[in-house]
Amino acid sequence: MDKSLKRPITLREVIAHIVLVILAFMCLFFFYILVINASRKHVDLMKGFSILPGTMFLTNMRNVLNDSNIPVLYGIRNSLIVSGGCAAICTYFSAMTAYGIYAYNFRAKRPAFTFIMMILVMPTQVTALGFLRLLMNIHMDDNLLALILPAIASPAVFYFMYSYMQASLPMSLVEAARIDGSNEFMTFNRIVIPIMKPAIAVQAIFTFVGAWNNYFVPALVITTKKKQTLPVLIATLRGADFMTFDMGKVYMMIMIAIVPIVLVYLMLSRFIIEGVTLGGVKE
Amino acid sequence: MKSNRSNNKSVSYERWGYIFILPFFVTFLVFSLIPLVDTIRYSFYEYYRSGLIEVGPNFVGLENYKALLESDLLKYAGNTFIMWIAGFIPQIGIAMLLAAWFTDHRIRIHGLQFFKVVIYLPNLIMASAFAMLFFTLFSDAGPINQILMSTGLIHHNIRFMVSTLGARSLIALMNFLMWFGNTAIMLMAAIMGINPALFEAAELDGCNHAKIFRHVTLPLIRPILAYTLITSIIGGLQMYDVPQILTNGAGAPDRTTMTLIMFLNKHLASKNYGMAGALSVYLFVISAILCFIVFKMMQDEDAVEAKKLKKKKRKERA
Repeated sequence: MDKSLKRPITLREVIAHIVLVILAFMCLFFFYILVINASRKHVDLMKGFSILPGTMFLTNMRNVLNDSNIPVLYGIRNSLIVSGGCAAICTYFSAMTAYGIYAYNFRAKRPAFTFIMMILVMPTQVTALGFLRLLMNIHMDDNLLALILPAIASPAVFYFMYSYMQASLPMSLVEAARIDGSNEFMTFNRIVIPIMKPAIAVQAIFTFVGAWNNYFVPALVITTKKKQTLPVLIATLRGADFMTFDMGKVYMMIMIAIVPIVLVYLMLSRFIIEGVTLGGVKE
Repeated sequence: MKSNRSNNKSVSYERWGYIFILPFFVTFLVFSLIPLVDTIRYSFYEYYRSGLIEVGPNFVGLENYKALLESDLLKYAGNTFIMWIAGFIPQIGIAMLLAAWFTDHRIRIHGLQFFKVVIYLPNLIMASAFAMLFFTLFSDAGPINQILMSTGLIHHNIRFMVSTLGARSLIALMNFLMWFGNTAIMLMAAIMGINPALFEAAELDGCNHAKIFRHVTLPLIRPILAYTLITSIIGGLQMYDVPQILTNGAGAPDRTTMTLIMFLNKHLASKNYGMAGALSVYLFVISAILCFIVFKMMQDEDAVEAKKLKKKKRKERA
C-alpha cells in the first residue's frame, strides 16, 4: 500500500483503469437498463428512456406471474427441477465414473479413459436428431427426465473429478476403509464423496447454470406449455406479436430468467471464479 | 488373507471398476451412441414430412449430402464463421491485455476483485434471455435509440437489425461480452502459473513490459491460447441461442445471420430427417477433428504432469 502511495501513477495504470471501467460499464449497463425498464409502465417505456427506476416493479411482476399465456411459475419450477436434477446426478455419477477409473485396475481402464477424453468436447447437437427419434420411440418425448438423465455421462465433469482425485484422494485412505470392513460402494459414498465435496460444489454450480440456460434441446424435446423451461418461454415471447406486448412485462420476464443466477453468482463469486481456472488446462 | 490383499487387489476388485463406470457408459450408449448411429443412418434416406404426408424413408445414398452442398450450407457456414471470428478477435485480444495487467506486479489495479467479478458475469447469463434483452434494447424505438436521440448523437432511429452489418455486429458483440471475461480469467491463471523468476530475470536484463510479454509470457501461455482457440471454435460451431432468439429463427436480414445449428434446428423442427441427418454428419466430422485436437493437447499436458510427478517422487525418495 505504502509503495503505491509513494510512487507516481504511471500512464499504463491510467490506461488500464480507463479500459477496465469501459468494459465493466459494457457488462453492467445492459443489466442496469433491464432492471430500470422492468420497473416501468408500458406507456412510459414507449415515451423514452429514464435513468431512474419507475414504480411498477411489483405490478409488472404480478402481471407476468398471472399471464396465462406464459406459464412463468411452471417455467421456474421446471427449470429448477431440470437444473437441480442435472447438477445432482451429473456430479454424483461423474465422481463415480472418475473413482472407478482412478481407484481400480481393470483391463478396460485405459481404453475407457481414452474414450472419454476423445469425446470431451463433442457437441450434443450432432446427435440431436437420433436423440429426438429415440425419445419418441421409448415415449420419453415431452418428459423432463429426458433433459436430466443424459447428464450422467458428462465427459468434462468426469475429467474435472478425475483430476481432483489425483490431487486429493490418497489410495491409502481407501485401503484403510477396506481393512475396516467397508464395502466398495460404502467407501465411495461415505469416504470419497465427502472428500470430493469442493469439486462437487464447483461442478454442481456450473452444471446447474448450464442446464438453467440450455435452450436448444429443451425447445425440441418439450412440447407441452406447462412443461417448458424458462429459455423456451423466453423464446415464445420473442415469437409473439411484439407490438401488442406490454414491454414492462417483457423486461420483467427476462429479469426472472437472469436474476436468480446473478444473485447466486454474486454470493459465491470468489468460489466460482476460482472454479473456472480449475476446470481448464493448467499452464 | 489380509496380508495377501495388497498383492492381488487388482484381481479381487477388478469388477468394481466396471460397476462404477457402468452408469456413464450405459447412459452414453443410450443417449449418445445409439442416436449417433441412427443420425448417420437417416442421413442416407429421403425422409421428410410435407404437410400431413410422410415421404420415405427411401434410401438415396449420398443425395442428401449433395443437396446440402448445393443449398445454402456454405453460406451458413460462412455466416457462422464471420460472426464467430468477429467476436473472437476482440475476445482474445482484450483477454490477453487484461490477463497481462492483472498479473503485472508493477500495475496496481484498484478494485481488482470487483473487475474480475463483473467481467465474468455475462458468461453465466442465459444466452437466450441476453439475446431477447438485446432485441428489445436495440429495437427501432428501444432504449439505445432513445438514449442516442436524447443526447443528440443521432437524429433518426438506427435500425440495427435490418442491416447485415448491424445484426452480425450485435451477435458478435454479445458473443464477445459473454466470453472475454472467461478467457481473461483462464489466461490470468496460466500467467500466474509461470515461474516468477523468469519475469525477474527478464526485468534485470532490462526488458520493458512489452518485451517481457512478447518474449516470456506469450511463448509460455501458447498451449492455453491454442486450447482457448480450439474450444472457442467448437463453441462457435454450436452458435445458436443468440442469433436464433435475436432474429426469431429467420436469420434476418436475408439469412445472413443464419448459423449451421439454426439450419439444423430448422430441419429438425420441420421433420426433414434426411437433411437433418446429413447436416449432423457434416457437423460431427468437423467436431470429431476438433475433439481429436483437444484430446492430443490434453494428452501432452498429462505427459508433462506425469513427468513432473515422477521427478517429485524421485526427489522425495532421494
